[in-house]
Amino acid sequence: MKRRALLGAALLAPWLAGARWARAGAPPLPTSFALYGTLRQQPDLRRLLAAGRPAAVLLYMLAPQAMLGWPARFAPAAQAEIAPDWRELPYLGQLSGRGSTLPLESVVALQPDLIIDTGTLNDTYRSDAERTARQTGLPYLLIDGDILLAPQTLRALGQLLGTAERGERLAAQAQAILAQADAQRRRYQAQSEAPSFYMARGADGLETTPAGSIHAQALELCGLRNVATPMGGAGLARVSPEQLLLWDPDYLFTHDPEWYSLAARSPQWARLRAVREGRLILAPGEPFGWLDIPPGMNRLLGVHWITQALAPGATPATTRQAVQNVFELFYHHPPSSRLLDAAARLSA
Amino acid sequence: MMPRRYAALMLALTVLLLVTLALSLMAGKYPVPPATLWAGLTGQAIPDTVQTVLWQLRLPRALAAALIGAALSAAGAAYQAMFRNPLVSPDILGVSAGAGLGASLAIFLGLSMLWVQGLAFAGGVAAVACVYLIARAAQRHDSVLVLVLAGVAIGALLSAGLSLLKLLADPAVQLPTITFWLMGGLHTVTREDLPWLAPGLLLALLPLLLLRWRVNLLSLPDDEARTLGQHPARLRLLLIGAATLMTACAVSFSGIIGWVGLIMPHIARLLVGAEFSRLLPATLLLGASFLVLTDLLARTVSSIELPLGLLTSLLGAPFFLFLLLRARKPS
Repeated sequence: MKRRALLGAALLAPWLAGARWARAGAPPLPTSFALYGTLRQQPDLRRLLAAGRPAAVLLYMLAPQAMLGWPARFAPAAQAEIAPDWRELPYLGQLSGRGSTLPLESVVALQPDLIIDTGTLNDTYRSDAERTARQTGLPYLLIDGDILLAPQTLRALGQLLGTAERGERLAAQAQAILAQADAQRRRYQAQSEAPSFYMARGADGLETTPAGSIHAQALELCGLRNVATPMGGAGLARVSPEQLLLWDPDYLFTHDPEWYSLAARSPQWARLRAVREGRLILAPGEPFGWLDIPPGMNRLLGVHWITQALAPGATPATTRQAVQNVFELFYHHPPSSRLLDAAARLSA
Repeated sequence: MMPRRYAALMLALTVLLLVTLALSLMAGKYPVPPATLWAGLTGQAIPDTVQTVLWQLRLPRALAAALIGAALSAAGAAYQAMFRNPLVSPDILGVSAGAGLGASLAIFLGLSMLWVQGLAFAGGVAAVACVYLIARAAQRHDSVLVLVLAGVAIGALLSAGLSLLKLLADPAVQLPTITFWLMGGLHTVTREDLPWLAPGLLLALLPLLLLRWRVNLLSLPDDEARTLGQHPARLRLLLIGAATLMTACAVSFSGIIGWVGLIMPHIARLLVGAEFSRLLPATLLLGASFLVLTDLLARTVSSIELPLGLLTSLLGAPFFLFLLLRARKPS
């Protein structure tokens, strides 16, 4: 009996002792930042690895000179909207726990000073980041991707990366954009005339991002009302054509140029008031989606576009100008006239 | 088979495993010259980065691959003996479907990776427990047949649940994580995982090793086994328990990896015959080598990392078809 007990204890011991790890001490960072591993002491961080697409947007805005590469391949049209200096950075793949396409050994070989990821700060991604930091011995910074925290995030990350001045400029712009959007939302609320919208996704346009989802957030921030009701998850919802007729939204937004040209010509979609009255809007997707895809800081440009284009007295010319200024500030490069034309269509 | 030939074969398989383990320490995306590798293996000073690559990334991964490959194959061999059917794989009683649902639920709820592993394990075990209880309740039918049918039905239910979670999951972040989990992979395995994985698998392997002689009796019809003084139902429960624990434990660390449990016992049977006490060690060694080698391919053949489950299917399915076509009818 004694032997059996000993055997049992021997088998259980590693279970009880295993998998407890110490968390490294972090420098003073905002609570929306979580750092795993330790940062090397140096004046600025010169080699930065973006773990995913939202992080790449953030780094491209703040410190493109330190980026080691892109986590995803660009379509040619999107690549042309990136500043020439960083257009040809290598494609590396993305690093996000289970969904990684970038092998950890390649990460170690790249020797980044810091790995940066941004998105939802839940336990899955926290523990993933922590694990990656532990496996590679490289510091890993996870940042809450909430667009409402954009000014704070840009400022704090700029300070951390040694680009404080740029961070400050971007933060001020982000603050102005969010304030304008908030003012517009209040105005709509006060007059109770918020225009409604439907975000068409999927090959047939009958998938949508329901209200409250992060993928519809940019439009909702500007005070527009999502016709699709929440469904208890962040996933896409399928909608029937009948339901859409019943909702009869004021605006139909899409990110998909293929579907946009299809819907603009099809008699089925012409039954919708928004399409008949020219409020079927293609949201530009270059260099990153303006309203979503990825759901990162790129949405600031979209929020700015929507508030400027729907402001009282807006004309295609004022919209073009407003969008051009912010685009150049964010992306180090003037937008093509094709993008500006697409943006101006909203105030036509 | 002559004992001497069997011993030689076992020795060869052990050498094969050691060679694959050595290979997987040598190859990878980070260039480690042979001299540095040798210095590292003999305990001399090597750069920190190489230390990280060898001892944090490559070695834990290779060991995990060996353990998981061995476990899935042994579980497959046990299931095949139990169901008297060579086409059975460890997922037949719903362990993978249950684990998949458990892991996806944890990802959907945004829980930590520890929870993802825990719920995967619990889901796998719970699914098989359900199947077993249902089969026991349906006593009027052939017990093995009812087990399989209940497994199919519970598996379908669990897949429906999984589809629902995929529908509700955020398409930009959660859905890819779920998808990759379902495709399996070992790149998230850390050194700290091994003290959990190894004892879990060994504990579940113990009953198989101890009962390896008696498993052969399951090839007889139940009433004949009973006349020999055996309790086939009790033995079957024990085997199901052990094989399920093993599979659930493996899958909770690696995600779903198909085909290993189906193919490896087949190859082992070709080499050493169907007698379980000989089959089990051969299956363990073969399964370990196979998964170590497949994982080596997964991380080296392309510039991006390939999901392991995808590769095992890609290699396993054609080989399985080859076996099917090659098999002769008994004369």
